[in-house]
Amino acid sequence: MSIREPHPHDSARLHVTGAARYTDDIPTPAGTLHLAFGLSPVAHGRIEALDLSAVRAVPGVVAVLTAADLPHGNDVSPSVHDEPLLAQGHVHYAGQPVFLVVARSHIAARKAARRAQIDITPLPAILTLDQALAAGAWFEGGPVIWARGDAAAAIAAAPRVVEGRIEIGGQEHFYLEGQVALALPEDEGITVHASTQHPSEVQHKLAEALGLPLHSVRVEVRRMGGAFGGKESQGNAPAVAAAIAARATGRPCKMRYDRDDDMIITGKRHDFRIDYRAGVDEAGRILGLEFRHLVRCGWAQDLSAAIADRAMLHADNAYFIPAMRIESHRLRSNTQSATAFRGFGGPQGMLGVERVMDHIAHDLGIEPVTLRRANFYAAPVATGEASGGDISAKMNAPQETHYGQKVDDFILPEMVAELTKSAAYEARRAEIEAWNSRNPILKRGIALSPVKFGIAFTLTHLNQAGALVHVYTDGSIRLNHGGTEMGQGLQRKVAQIAAAAFGVGLDAVQVSATDTAKVPNTSATAASSGTDLNGAAVQAACATIRGRIAAHLAAHHGCAPAEVHFAGGRVFAGDAEMSFAEAVQAAYMARVSLSATGFYATPKITWDRTAGRGRPFFYYAYGAAITEVVIDTLTGENRILRADIVHDAGASLNPALDIGQIEGGYVQGAGWLTTEELVWDDQGRLLTHAPSTYKIPACSDRPRVFNVALWGAEAREETIHRSKAVGEPPLMLGISAHLALSAACAACGPHWPDLRAPATPEAVLAAVHRARGA
Amino acid sequence: MDITFLLNGETRHLTDADPTASLLDWLRDSAGLRGTKEGCNEGDCGACTVLLTDAAGARAVNACLLMLGQIDGCALRTVEGLAAPDGSLHPVQQALIDHHGSQCGFCTPGIAVSLAAAHLTGCRDHDDILAGNLCRCTGYAPIIRAAKAAQAAPVPAHLLTETARDLGKPSSGGRGQTAPGTAFAAWPDSADALAAAFLARPDATLIAGATDVALWQTKALRDLGDVIFLNGCKDMQSISQAAGELRIGAGVTMSALRRALENHHPAFAALLRRFASEQVRNAATIGGNIANGSPIADTPPVLIALGARLTLRRGTARRDIALQDFYLGYRQQDRAPGEFIEAITTPASAPGLRVWKLSKRFDQDISAVCGAFNLTCDAGVITAARVAFGGMAATPKRATAFEAALIGQAFTEATFQVAIPALADDFQPISDMRASADYRLRAAQGMALRYLHEAQGLPVSVLEVAP
Repeated sequence: MSIREPHPHDSARLHVTGAARYTDDIPTPAGTLHLAFGLSPVAHGRIEALDLSAVRAVPGVVAVLTAADLPHGNDVSPSVHDEPLLAQGHVHYAGQPVFLVVARSHIAARKAARRAQIDITPLPAILTLDQALAAGAWFEGGPVIWARGDAAAAIAAAPRVVEGRIEIGGQEHFYLEGQVALALPEDEGITVHASTQHPSEVQHKLAEALGLPLHSVRVEVRRMGGAFGGKESQGNAPAVAAAIAARATGRPCKMRYDRDDDMIITGKRHDFRIDYRAGVDEAGRILGLEFRHLVRCGWAQDLSAAIADRAMLHADNAYFIPAMRIESHRLRSNTQSATAFRGFGGPQGMLGVERVMDHIAHDLGIEPVTLRRANFYAAPVATGEASGGDISAKMNAPQETHYGQKVDDFILPEMVAELTKSAAYEARRAEIEAWNSRNPILKRGIALSPVKFGIAFTLTHLNQAGALVHVYTDGSIRLNHGGTEMGQGLQRKVAQIAAAAFGVGLDAVQVSATDTAKVPNTSATAASSGTDLNGAAVQAACATIRGRIAAHLAAHHGCAPAEVHFAGGRVFAGDAEMSFAEAVQAAYMARVSLSATGFYATPKITWDRTAGRGRPFFYYAYGAAITEVVIDTLTGENRILRADIVHDAGASLNPALDIGQIEGGYVQGAGWLTTEELVWDDQGRLLTHAPSTYKIPACSDRPRVFNVALWGAEAREETIHRSKAVGEPPLMLGISAHLALSAACAACGPHWPDLRAPATPEAVLAAVHRARGA
Repeated sequence: MDITFLLNGETRHLTDADPTASLLDWLRDSAGLRGTKEGCNEGDCGACTVLLTDAAGARAVNACLLMLGQIDGCALRTVEGLAAPDGSLHPVQQALIDHHGSQCGFCTPGIAVSLAAAHLTGCRDHDDILAGNLCRCTGYAPIIRAAKAAQAAPVPAHLLTETARDLGKPSSGGRGQTAPGTAFAAWPDSADALAAAFLARPDATLIAGATDVALWQTKALRDLGDVIFLNGCKDMQSISQAAGELRIGAGVTMSALRRALENHHPAFAALLRRFASEQVRNAATIGGNIANGSPIADTPPVLIALGARLTLRRGTARRDIALQDFYLGYRQQDRAPGEFIEAITTPASAPGLRVWKLSKRFDQDISAVCGAFNLTCDAGVITAARVAFGGMAATPKRATAFEAALIGQAFTEATFQVAIPALADDFQPISDMRASADYRLRAAQGMALRYLHEAQGLPVSVLEVAP
């Protein structure tokens, strides 16, 4: 079987030899031109005059384009057409592209882009959440409010009330490969090679910008050098710019952002402020909970509505909260347009409720894991009764989330029990307490956080995928589908699915670059859905072809089609046995089609976004992590010492790739909440726009001891081979690192340390002082 | 300019090359070797790591921080040259495949080269040698598994022979010449030749490791004007000991300095473990770090605490100056046109020296605060104190009020508690993207207490704690 096995990434050999080709590595035709944006120096203002003569005078410059030069649309928004490619009249953030330089070399374009005389009258800029709230600068007209029950009344009646606030910073994607696109003019249209998670959307934006029908625009993506959500919508601008310039000059054009430009221009994870008020009983069980999410969305709406929705959808995480009210303010600011980032709002929502749990545990003096267990959703199957007999008869009625979805596959109690045991949580917690009492300068902390993450696009129509599979007469197979490869190993997994369908080895399967001309109308490779959707579509196409071959062989060899088996590179029909290639040849000679499309639409999902009710998710993916840290109370320096993780990838299609997602997701999540700090100055200029100032985890920041295990149980729903999505959920395991740091700070004194995120050394030191009441 | 070097085992001659051109750009655009990636173009991500071998040995360096003028006479290996001529993979490449060490793959060529360089030199401190290679996908765990799996494998023959090959001397050594893209370029082969060349062209940009100058081109988009490359000045690249002092040539790289200081000044060597990354330390020089004059440079505070002196040279004239007097103001130095740092002199030993750097990330970050403490005690009384900080003022600066509050006092917590407020008299730090003014001061005071508590035998370093 090709599935369930730990095959390496399909490009691993190309990666290690440097032969894997990324967009900037594609050999370009002679005469290819290079582009750079001229950027707004101010956060908000009116463009009075734009003198580009010095830009044009730079040697090598071929053309300079402004909004006035765009022949058709001037928009690269993925949602509400509010995002001009080039500023028109006003600028809305420091770093907004104002004009486009087309030059003979990358360096000439960059040099020229700095020569403009831009006369801008500054206007008042909204930079902070408080300013945005004061200005009433909401997207969608006002806050979105979802409620179950009467939270205010439940809190008023509760024996204890715990309230507080957490400030949560954003996060730069820092994909190692920056934004890049190469546009090649063709007879009737254009082909664009782009580093994008969403080729179909790039195709749409190109068609709008060029005034072409979609059939004349082809977008191809071989692979990305990382994306993490940062290439879901942020790749639109360079692709459209390259295409516009190519049409204007008739020559191939490539746009590649310099790293600093990339960080200054593109959106990041949303920063949040979460206010909370919880009413609890003496055992720490939540009776009522109110959240207020303030979400800094930046200058354009982008995907912010869906992201803020997902934060609300994960405000419960793993906990049954009988009465809950969430108020979500999606606020406009004169900063980069915050955008998709692995987890898509889920991490912020989840951190909010985990913070509530810690705060309750602190105030009530309850052991934090005990408190969490007490608030967990009920497991629908009583432990120990799952085997044999009619399972449904033994099920408890599943509890519902605050948005009305039944949590009918809740496995966290067992997972947490297993993890606390394998990680020796209780013994270590006691040992750390004793250690801390002996050590005045250094303090250690340990914490567990669970993850329950909903799988599906919350825009229901996006939950579809197509595939096109060809079987050639030598028995080799070529797959095409709409998903894109960004490092997650999608192409390996779909190849495994196809190989399993035909009973052949992986060597027989090749996956094409993603191409809008092969599979149309695709959704972004996002929401962790790549394998769920595209794998199922590929499986459907393979089943069609296999069915045709089986039907032909059955007729020929006198058996039922269902009796034709494909296994081990062989095909068995009645008494006959042949190689897969021989079976294919036989079908070909009988004029049987060996090419098929496949299609998949996720079942069971319904969602009323306005009411905040329904079943937005097909299923949940679960995980839990225990992290141990040490802090220095003199400087706030800190290290992650150990992390133990158990994560639910269903029946894993590829345990090696899934563990890779979990390890990488954890470190990326921990980085978000520790070293990664975005800083803007009081003029709205991003100060941390390079790896010299913005610090993603380095090698030594990974946990010294890092134990990762897959839970391994099959998905309850009929997912592809009963596996579960694994792209985003593990990022949120990193929340345990922040909780552990908070626990270490809390060990310094009796007060609530109120640790902000990210927990930089400075933030940790401040929390130490707060814990001491200093 | 004509440049000759070995590229993946083959001799390359470049005629009329621009000596300030980026090696990374040349590899990708002219040589067609696109396995070497541009991730940041400022030496922080390591995606462009290549293997450079010269008389000093083999080492990993960032191609984005190297100029063509620096590689004359060297042997260079890119990721494409790691596999053997018969195509068999280098052990680290195979291990990266076997242990799932790549996901998106964009950082992988740089990681493979860094691992191959460490494999060649026998270094097994993988956290150290990979500190300059950022990976955003894997969380590093599988890369470390791969590094460990490959470390015992024999070095492939094609890499061994390269280290032994006579690469000859730089073909253009010593001669000044005009070159395309540059007004004038010179490659002096001695301090004397450098002194003469710089005196003749005092506006020239001196290029030693280029780890900062390269960014003037790639990020500030400046033209460098006349340039003088220092890598040929071998007589500025050695460390000697005499009369209880170390004389460190200004051209000594941070890597060489770190090795040399492990016995003399272990705390200083430990600081250099956190100086940028392996790739940068293999290129950057001590003279460059001092002369570049950043208030957050890593070495000046500890050198000031040691009482280091500089030998400044202009033409044939030399003068000695205490490093603490060299910095006049923000990016201002007591250095005349045509004058350069020839050497640095420090005591050979300073048992009371401790130095700590604070940054958001432990490895490969720039200091928010760097504190160096050099105290001498006699019978429990502090008899001498030299304390200097970086990141606390416009220049690296001594904490004179704090020192005064310590000297003559007993080495006790009470003394420190009395002395610590004096740091607020010494420094009025600023707030920036690395830290707030308040934190800088608190952390500086915390470091002072760390010095005391460490001497008292308390655990004070988060690095000491094992899980």
